Amino acid sequence: MSGWHIDANQIRTTSIQKVVTETDSVKTIYFRDTLCASAKPGQFVMVWIPSVDEIPLSISSVNGILVSVTVKEVGEATRTLNRMKEGELIGVRGPFGNYFRILGKTALLVGGGVGTAPLMLLASKLVEEKVKTVVAEGAKTRSELLFINQLAKLQNKNSFKAIFTTDDGSYGTKGLVTDVAEKLLSTEHFDIIYACGNEAMTTKIFKLAEKYETPMQASLERFMYCAIGICGSCVIGKYRVCRDGPVFNQVQLKEVEDELGKIRLNQKGEKVRV
Amino acid sequence: MFNAENLKVKLAGLDLRNPTILASGILGITSKSLEEVAHAGAGAVTTKSVGLKPREGYTNPTVIQLECGLLNALGLPNPGIHKFSEEMRELSNLEVPLILSVYGYSAKEYGAVAKVGEESGVDAVELNLSCPHVRGVGAEIGQNPEKIKEIVREVKAQVKVPVFAKLSPNVSDIVCLAEAAVSCGVDGITAINTVRAMVIDVETARPVLSNKIGGLSGGAVKPVAVRCVYEIFEAVKVPIIGCGGIRTWKDAVEFMLAGASAIQVGSAIAFEDLAVFKSITDGIRKYLEKKNIKSVNEIVGMAHRR
Repeated sequence: MSGWHIDANQIRTTSIQKVVTETDSVKTIYFRDTLCASAKPGQFVMVWIPSVDEIPLSISSVNGILVSVTVKEVGEATRTLNRMKEGELIGVRGPFGNYFRILGKTALLVGGGVGTAPLMLLASKLVEEKVKTVVAEGAKTRSELLFINQLAKLQNKNSFKAIFTTDDGSYGTKGLVTDVAEKLLSTEHFDIIYACGNEAMTTKIFKLAEKYETPMQASLERFMYCAIGICGSCVIGKYRVCRDGPVFNQVQLKEVEDELGKIRLNQKGEKVRV
Repeated sequence: MFNAENLKVKLAGLDLRNPTILASGILGITSKSLEEVAHAGAGAVTTKSVGLKPREGYTNPTVIQLECGLLNALGLPNPGIHKFSEEMRELSNLEVPLILSVYGYSAKEYGAVAKVGEESGVDAVELNLSCPHVRGVGAEIGQNPEKIKEIVREVKAQVKVPVFAKLSPNVSDIVCLAEAAVSCGVDGITAINTVRAMVIDVETARPVLSNKIGGLSGGAVKPVAVRCVYEIFEAVKVPIIGCGGIRTWKDAVEFMLAGASAIQVGSAIAFEDLAVFKSITDGIRKYLEKKNIKSVNEIVGMAHRR
């Protein structure tokens, strides 16, 4: 393990190969990078937008050495990145962090909005490993649901099911994805739950995992500078999201329960509401 | 074992179970992460540099890895001493000494921050006189012996806990800075902070750090730091804390032979994680046994023998 990320942490400049519009505010950006192509589901990469910023993004797909990140516009960095075109240069370092562990024969994946991105890489791995998989994805409205087509493609495979929820009922089940998850958990057995979304959703799923005594792994997000476990900007409890995470199991989530969904550090290192 | 009898160090009145200290700027922004470092075996821990007011760091990229070390320009992000004092108060049962790193824009600010720190229970204060990448607190203060004297005098007037001065290597003569600090009663010298440096990406033809210039740490600066410690040891009587590229027990021993009573570890955590404290202390212990030396204190400055 020692020094494993020394190569991966050096910044590589690479050109954007393809940009796919997912929704009004979400794009998937493809680039070539051998190291990132070795990423496991749940790992993330630091993407440098020259002269603008550098931000952590989950890897949403790997095909050969073609790698993608799926980006929602939330600020200047993501807005600039989403306006970049094929052939423009970005820098990447990573992949970083731990990853989702595949355990058992049945899995429930719960994704909220762009949080579904790392779950896509996981879902294809689970299908490969012949794990019976249900993906539940929630969004506010139909136009914000991601990966409907890709999930439909996986649906053709055996033992894979995708369920969509929208708050306004414009697509799939009307309501919250956490309600659908509870319904599933109360009627079916799952060996494990994987979650990635906003922290309110993750917290709710964590409670459900406790209630239905089901193991779970969740990917968390925090502001980060270094991504290699030294600057301390991304800590939750005693853990560094960049290095001990971003994926945490329910024992760890229990340990940080007083901060989960409640407190995060801002760019000054102040504890603020999530 | 990171608390063997032969590893114990007395540092300006602080009792350290071993000579390894978490360097400032690494992880020390919450009480829980400082506790984790203590559990991992450090002999003492230093907080991130804290000022009077909250401060946002720079836009990323702020930390870049090079073949020879790390280059950073974080920009002193910190929640300000008043908020941070809550974190320090939570550390009243910490198993090792807690050192507060302080920065300021004036002697008065250094003094005020140190005072709140002492009231919140820190065991010592380290003056960051050398941040290489923030205007007004770094080079301008750290290169001027008169400024250093003014700050040390003010902080010593405000607090009773030991005060260490962390010096910049980005000067023509680091010894005169150490002498300036000692002349005003500083209790120890930390040497060195990072070395001003820069990296440009050739594809985009742009500096990579958003701040363009940052501080180099890690293996590349080690020989510079060893030289600084060696020179300072010849000139002053107060203990020296060695810092700069220490990753293995051998590095640590080298600094101690040059004159460091204790050593700080920072960038190496990126490569070795928190286990680095245990591996360094284990190695020092074995070295002492092999050389038949009773206490780690005996090797301090040994390279100066004539």
